Amino acid sequence: MRTIDAEGMDYAQLNAQVRSCEEEEICITRCIGQRYIGTGLSGRRIVVDGTPGNALGAYLDGATIRVNGNVQEATGDTMNAGVIAVAGSAGDATGYAMRGGRIFVEGNVGYRCGIHIKAYRENRPAIVIGGRAGSFLGEYQAGGTIIVLGLHTDGRPIVGNFCGTGMHGGEIFLRCEHVPPRLPAQVRAERIASLPAEAASLVQEWCAAFGRDARELLSSAYIRLTPDSNNPYRQMYIAN
Amino acid sequence: MMDRMYISPAYEVVRDAARCTTCRLCEQQCANGVHAFDVRTGRMTADNGRCVNCHRCVCMCPTHALKIVRSDDVYPENANWDAQTVNEVYRQADSGGVLLSSMGNPKPQPIFWDRLLINASQVTNPSIDPLREPMETRLFLGKRTAKIERDKNGKLKNTLAPGLTLEVPILFSAMSYGSISYNAHACLARAAEELGTYYNTGEGGLHRDFYRYSRNTIVQVASGRFGVFKDYLGKAAAIEIKMGQGAKPGIGGHLPGMKLTADVSETRMIPQGTDAISPAPHHDIYSIEDLRQLVCSLKEATEYRKPVIVKVAAVHNAAAIASGIARSGADIIAIDGYRGGTGAAPTRIRDNVGIPIELALAQVDQRLRDEGIRDEVSLIAGGSIRSSADVVKAIALGADACYIGTAALLALGCHLCRSCHTGLCNWGIATQRPELVARLDPDVGSRRLVNLVTAWKREIQEMMGGMGINSIEALRGNRLMLRGVGLTDRELDILGVRYAGENM
Repeated sequence: MRTIDAEGMDYAQLNAQVRSCEEEEICITRCIGQRYIGTGLSGRRIVVDGTPGNALGAYLDGATIRVNGNVQEATGDTMNAGVIAVAGSAGDATGYAMRGGRIFVEGNVGYRCGIHIKAYRENRPAIVIGGRAGSFLGEYQAGGTIIVLGLHTDGRPIVGNFCGTGMHGGEIFLRCEHVPPRLPAQVRAERIASLPAEAASLVQEWCAAFGRDARELLSSAYIRLTPDSNNPYRQMYIAN
Repeated sequence: MMDRMYISPAYEVVRDAARCTTCRLCEQQCANGVHAFDVRTGRMTADNGRCVNCHRCVCMCPTHALKIVRSDDVYPENANWDAQTVNEVYRQADSGGVLLSSMGNPKPQPIFWDRLLINASQVTNPSIDPLREPMETRLFLGKRTAKIERDKNGKLKNTLAPGLTLEVPILFSAMSYGSISYNAHACLARAAEELGTYYNTGEGGLHRDFYRYSRNTIVQVASGRFGVFKDYLGKAAAIEIKMGQGAKPGIGGHLPGMKLTADVSETRMIPQGTDAISPAPHHDIYSIEDLRQLVCSLKEATEYRKPVIVKVAAVHNAAAIASGIARSGADIIAIDGYRGGTGAAPTRIRDNVGIPIELALAQVDQRLRDEGIRDEVSLIAGGSIRSSADVVKAIALGADACYIGTAALLALGCHLCRSCHTGLCNWGIATQRPELVARLDPDVGSRRLVNLVTAWKREIQEMMGGMGINSIEALRGNRLMLRGVGLTDRELDILGVRYAGENM
């Protein structure tokens, strides 16, 4: 395992070292805001101590990133494969347009999480959030799975406004009793007594990542959001 | 009251009975189902209501028995309410739908290219004969901010930013696989390679068959991020971030599920038959700082080996926007005027949003010069460049090079019927139907593209020679080579051009 002390290091310098490192396991210590860590990377296991900057694991292509701390904006942007586990909270635009792989966040996520995530063949992107999510969760979602576990304790709603606006594929599971207010018209909400198998195994993975007990989470009821099958977009146009 | 208003066909098929041999080729060629053979009479019939005036049948008819004419059916004459406007109201009253159109804005708004004239030398500073003298059309796109640094042996260090080398100041603009066919992409890729220039994948990803043209490929990253992954970024000479498009500034894209064939789905990396929706903005870019982040993450992903282009539509604040982009770390800015083409756009957006490229380009170039950052970026102008003269004028107004899209499609057979959104292109361009795609032969198509651009290159060289300029880069921003006619003082001021007859 190679350890890189990121103290006082510029992001380009840090990322060049990560890229050129021949060892599979890399530990980045004293990380403080360096952006684009692990961009497009495959075949590595990276542990980050501290707070990485924006766009951690952008275009990630199979590498595993574990962060002991919070992450900033645009984590896992356009991620293709791999796992990002954040033992903390994540900022805005987490998992933007991801196509594959998994993002596990122990705490909360900010606004615009999981926008335009999409599934393709064996690639099924998944985001599991331990606490709550801000507004615009899963906007334009085209595929994949988003799960919000609602383990936060600040008493705020499990999701903000405009959850699933423009959603046209995939599913969102919210561990809560009631359908959140102000859902857009094209999203269908239903209460389910337990998670389907694929979602349940994602929750188990999340628990394993952060040393949590899965029993209560798996025995809870969830609200499942899916796009309404009457496609509202196609009907919007008339050829001229 | 009628539930749906009858709208009489815009075109009529005229068949010369004396020439028609009822070979039925027209019937076979028309995917819209206009032509049919009437067994009773033994003659061909035409359903004018289905005709989009793409001229496929006219071109293919072996005896030239066909022509398409505009219908002379008229509504009561009204200078305010023309037939098109009235019909649009009917269509919307029938359907409740947003009007959808294709290709560029066809409205008769002023075309500033046609009000600009190019200079030539007489007597002094004599013109140059391009047949005899070398005439350089090669140029480089990217930052020109290299510093002169030497190593300890006194040798120059290479501090050049990555860039693109073009043998001619023309690139093929972004058209996605999905909006156009596999064969159309094959034509563009092959022609770009032969011409020493670039084609652009658009936002639909890159088919693996075209990886071998990677040295001549610009890949696009748009808000939907379709097909964007490491290999895609790796198989490009440059990466273009699409922030906007001239035909539809401020709105996103929507490829309907019916066009998501197996092959297109593979390239876009989304399941077959699903709608491909590109949100209007990138929801991770709300500022120049956010844009900088995407520019930098793309550079990180490609190890700083590739230039990044940011494409924006020409809109009211184009100059300020370009100034921001030039500071975002981008290497090239592409500006797309409001006449740019599209595979589908809401009619109202296409015809009413955005500004002419001529005015936007002149203002952007001037602003970047005023701020001392013109060398931070190269400029590509597009939407719409129709001829070599437009290219020369665009470069004199400040562009480094031009994107051509519609002109390239015309070279492939397009007749501007503006029906791309139906997916029934009889020329095999804007369709995914295999039997239609097969009509576009990549050997023929790429040759026609090479012919077109080669001819334009010769014309550009002749115009350069006439001006006494022997390198295209010396023409860039050289507005004294232009004069305006029929323009107001305000227009001349914005263009930074003098009136015809005014001296230097």
